[in-house]
Amino acid sequence: MDLIASIFSAIASTAFDVVPIAAFLIFFHGVVLGRRFVNIWRIIVGLGCVVAGLGLFLLGLERALFPLGRFVAEQLTAIGSGANADALLPWYSYYWVLIFAFAIGFSSAIAEPALLAVTLKAGEVSGGAIHVWGLRVVVALGVGFGVALGCFRILTGTPLQWYIAAAYAVVLIQTAFAPRLLVPLAYDSGGVTTSTVTVPLVTALGLGLAANVPGRSVLLDGFGMIALTCLFPIMTVLAYAQITALLESRREAREAGRRHQDPPMED
Amino acid sequence: MHRFSTIALGSIRDLLPIVLVILFFQLFVLDRPIGELASLIDGVIAVVLGLTLFTYGLELALFPMGETLAHALARRGSVVWLVVFAFLLGFGSTIAEPAVTAVAGEAAETSAAAGFIANNDDAKFLFALGLRISIALAVGSAIVLGVLRIIAGWSLVKLIISGYALVVGVTFFAPAEIIGIAYDSGGVTTSTVTVPLVAALGVGLASSIGERNPMTDGFGLIAFASLTPMIFVMGYGVVIAWI
Repeated sequence: MDLIASIFSAIASTAFDVVPIAAFLIFFHGVVLGRRFVNIWRIIVGLGCVVAGLGLFLLGLERALFPLGRFVAEQLTAIGSGANADALLPWYSYYWVLIFAFAIGFSSAIAEPALLAVTLKAGEVSGGAIHVWGLRVVVALGVGFGVALGCFRILTGTPLQWYIAAAYAVVLIQTAFAPRLLVPLAYDSGGVTTSTVTVPLVTALGLGLAANVPGRSVLLDGFGMIALTCLFPIMTVLAYAQITALLESRREAREAGRRHQDPPMED
Repeated sequence: MHRFSTIALGSIRDLLPIVLVILFFQLFVLDRPIGELASLIDGVIAVVLGLTLFTYGLELALFPMGETLAHALARRGSVVWLVVFAFLLGFGSTIAEPAVTAVAGEAAETSAAAGFIANNDDAKFLFALGLRISIALAVGSAIVLGVLRIIAGWSLVKLIISGYALVVGVTFFAPAEIIGIAYDSGGVTTSTVTVPLVAALGVGLASSIGERNPMTDGFGLIAFASLTPMIFVMGYGVVIAWI
């Protein structure tokens, strides 16, 4: 009965979250464009599903994903520190944390539908030069590396802004050399790789880690994982685009050379 | 009903890799029984069921409306209505975004425990609400900026570079307690609700303005939406610390 009561209170509290978007879409549809609603029941049922779903999801987060992230962080740091839990150890003794972080980032990005959509478009636009699966793996590697680096940062307690500023610098340099057409796509791919399920879990992992590693403040060190996770796919997509463009132009140059029957310039 | 089961499978697929990784670690690395995780099972079911219902409802009601509106407004070409629409779309979809609600709640808990805000329910509620409103205002402004960019044909790269510079610059003035939360808030805004609606707006707009290329002009809205929240949340932190 307790569970049912909490389900209802969760749903009631989320109803307000959906009001702004629903009200404004209905306003624009009916008043600004002056259109009739073809199927009013569809909208009512849909909104009902959105509210109920949001409530259930947030309840599930509270009961499963947040505790899970904390639990794993606690267990894995316990392996790292062994018997003396209060002593601060060098970061590499927590290698299981880093491996876990990479595995979570990589596997959740590979399964992310938004990423698939982005990679399909990239393949289309590049005329098949960019392989959908290749790009997907490359982005997932970027996400995994981002989560692992976020954990490394918490373990070492270094300031987040250094990492972010350095990552920005790398992205800017890459942008200067990358194929123009793919730049917006690469920037967007940073945001889409973090799904609704991954974000809370990774956040909980970071907070749990900061709470369990001696000498770290949860507030100062615990956040920042998501930020790094969003930056690395931009780099990997730009790098991948650039490498394929380079290989492609080389191949074309070689084929053109063969067609003209020019002897290859080799020394 | 067929659509519903497809979405349900999609939610399970979202969760499956995470469950597999965690089970692997539980069994082989931590070497502990699976039974320890049994208490989480009702929560996991709630996550799958909730995500499925949520996505199903979005596809039934909000997405078709959002897409028709985006296309109709883009064709009509009234800049004022477009800007109003863009702002409300960004604001409304962010307020409804579950990842934002989750992270804002967690940020409030943490800040209260660390003494950055008062440790009572009212203060935590206000802080979380303030965070969500700052993020939603930021996303609204980002979508407006993105729409103006598509109409005027400004360079995405220059705007992004200025945005990055602004993020780094504001960091010097922001209280240390807010920086991690602010940087994370960029990534959490763009998931379930925002991405499909915003992408429809961008691509629809770029393809109805003659000489624009939907590829280079239509995308890039999400990039703004993950940049501005960092600046706005750091601003919110400055205000909180000042009060």
